[in-house]
Amino acid sequence: MESVLAFCAAVLIAPMLPAVIQKVKALFAGKQGPPLLINYYTVIKLFRKGSVYSTSTSFVFQLGPVVGCCTSLMMLLFFPLAGTAPLFSFHGDVFMLFYLMGLGRFFTILAALDTASPFEGMGAAREAFFSTLAEGTIFAILILFFRFSGSLSFQEFFTGTNAMNIGGEHGALLLLVIIALYIVMLTENSRVPVDDPATHLELTMIHEVMILDHSGPDLALIELGAWFKLLFYSAFLSQILNPLQLADPLMNGLLFFGIVTLIYMSVGVVESITARFRMNLVPKFILTSFALVFFVIILTMELIQ
Amino acid sequence: MDNFLQVQNNQRVARADIPDLPFEVFREALLSLAHQGGQVVQFFAYEDRGQNRLLAVMRTDKLYVTGCEVAETYLSLTADSTKFHLFEREIGEQYGIQAEGHPWWKMVRYHPNYAGGTDVFENDYQQEIPGNYPYFTVEGKTVHEVAVGPVHAGIIEPGHFRFQCLGERVFHLEIQLGYQHRGVERLFQTVSANRLPIIAETIAGDTTIGHSLCQSQAIESLAGLTVNKGAKVVRTIALELERIANHIGDLGALSLDVAFNPPAAYFGRIRGEYLNLTQILGGNRFGRGLVRPGGVTQILGEEQEQLISAKLAELTPEVEHVNDLIFSSPTVLARFDQTGTVSHADAEAIGLVGYAGRACGLSYDARVAFPTECYADLPRNKNERTDGDVCSRGTVRREEIRHSTQMINTLLPKRQEEPSVLPQEWQLAPDSFVVSINEAWRGEVSHCILTDAAGKIQRYKVKDPSFHNWTGLALSLRDEGISDFPLCNKSFNLSYCGFDL
Repeated sequence: MESVLAFCAAVLIAPMLPAVIQKVKALFAGKQGPPLLINYYTVIKLFRKGSVYSTSTSFVFQLGPVVGCCTSLMMLLFFPLAGTAPLFSFHGDVFMLFYLMGLGRFFTILAALDTASPFEGMGAAREAFFSTLAEGTIFAILILFFRFSGSLSFQEFFTGTNAMNIGGEHGALLLLVIIALYIVMLTENSRVPVDDPATHLELTMIHEVMILDHSGPDLALIELGAWFKLLFYSAFLSQILNPLQLADPLMNGLLFFGIVTLIYMSVGVVESITARFRMNLVPKFILTSFALVFFVIILTMELIQ
Repeated sequence: MDNFLQVQNNQRVARADIPDLPFEVFREALLSLAHQGGQVVQFFAYEDRGQNRLLAVMRTDKLYVTGCEVAETYLSLTADSTKFHLFEREIGEQYGIQAEGHPWWKMVRYHPNYAGGTDVFENDYQQEIPGNYPYFTVEGKTVHEVAVGPVHAGIIEPGHFRFQCLGERVFHLEIQLGYQHRGVERLFQTVSANRLPIIAETIAGDTTIGHSLCQSQAIESLAGLTVNKGAKVVRTIALELERIANHIGDLGALSLDVAFNPPAAYFGRIRGEYLNLTQILGGNRFGRGLVRPGGVTQILGEEQEQLISAKLAELTPEVEHVNDLIFSSPTVLARFDQTGTVSHADAEAIGLVGYAGRACGLSYDARVAFPTECYADLPRNKNERTDGDVCSRGTVRREEIRHSTQMINTLLPKRQEEPSVLPQEWQLAPDSFVVSINEAWRGEVSHCILTDAAGKIQRYKVKDPSFHNWTGLALSLRDEGISDFPLCNKSFNLSYCGFDL
């Protein structure tokens, strides 16, 4: 029951949290910013609209948003939100989840290529390249967690006596993992300094340019998928950051979403105080996260007895 | 220099005094001056008694003018000096005169020529414009082409950009404009006198003062009108306010292009404040209806002076602060530094003007070289950073904001309340020629007027600084990442309509 409630809360709150980022950015720029509910209005607006399809696209183009949104949603189904048991779980589910996410990206890229636009092809190439690099970090983290907990499912990572959080046995090492995961989060969710979600300049875009041709409900699905994905990564970070496991499930849930909100706010701060990297610096930035996790793995090997 | 007539900025000269050279001598004279560092201010064709003629205004530290008769074809000068490149294409487009041996012979703005003769580019102007051009192409399996525009994602003007890329790297960028061609020059030759300033203000909306100042000076020179000191002060302040407002808007936009939001938001507001100062000065935020032949329409009274100087005192530290925020942020500098570099030699070879030129180390500033209005009494600006990259162009603009603010502060106490005498009608001197040059915010703006025996405008030629500098943008992209194009573009921020006329 708690798991279902936590899942529903997460799905409902996911569109609001990115507005927190916009609010923080607006605050830095001395502006009011959009209302916190802006994304709900956007989704309602988009679902009321029709979609426009270019005659040069095929069914693949329409498949992209659906697959993208579904795979993001599935991530949340398998994740122990707010310390509750996930709705689904099995040994090794982490692999399936990250490859599901890869599947979602694969279809987004296919849909982008299907438009035959030079911009979208360029964006697809960038997205494929950068997410390939980010995948290295993700799997290094999974290997590390396997070494710590001996398990390969999210539920076992974050529950029980040997839970992965900074209050636990490996807290110091997890600090580096947190930084690495934060970098991956910025990369995978097309945030500054890797990508700029607010730009109107097609030639500089990575993710946004791939969805230029989508409209109406298709665009709404893409947006929803992006929000779920960002929530998944923040939840992941939040679980590592949170050492407390409160007895009251309600308080536990509030604490969890509180930390998640703080993570969103920190993204807003990062976006306000840094400019975007030049495109050729992005791979180095992403690989830094891999280097950090790899370093942690070396530390755990106890090569010097 | 025997083949040239040396003239002053805004000096009326009799057309008979302009040398009439044989074409070969004309060509050699222009080329030798160009090779000695001379730059082209104006180079255009006109029709005189059924015969096409060429006229060139060159600058070194002085202005030189010369002319010749030209047949249907002539030997291209561009083959020997790239400074004439676009000018020759424009001559071909406007009067159907073929430049033989021109390395990249295609139209500039896509319109039938004035003479109504056969088209030298073999275009059929009945056809729709977009895409129907031969473009410079690079062959190869892994080379790809990216076409951007003419309709863009932002609220900007139309222009088509064709990139030849290898992955993210740009080999070549070709820029095709002309989508906003309105026939401004032809309008000037046909409309009634009182409409001239109104049209001049709309050549490029962001250079309202720059273009209307050029035109007013040219007409004043030909009609023998005098401008009182007070009007000169107002004109100079207006031109500098226009410069500050545009520089501030663009520095904000530069910072937005690298996703550094706070300065963009601050400068968006502050730009509005400077536009409001222009309104206090002249009644319109964009300087419309202020500069007219004979002077200015508004006097700068005591109240306006106080409003402007108080607001300037308030804004100046704010601007400095926001500029510090941009130019001291490591992530921003990492994007600006060594991005979109145009070498000094290239800048010289294509004749960059304005801040784009000064950022490459070309010190030319029309306010210093050929001062008009109050500029002869004002100090010049020095540029610390001249590497030719985005950072240099940004820094030069930052320095110009400071410099312009100082100039306005110097000029405000010199105001006079004597109103200008603005004639509704004027008589231009017959058979005369005048060239007018001003340093508008983007660079050298120049207008030329040739009058016929009756004192009517026979040929009106306009040149916006963008006409020189678009080529600079194309060069800055060579070997650059395609994702840095918007940043380079914004650092130049050239005018589409000023180019298209």
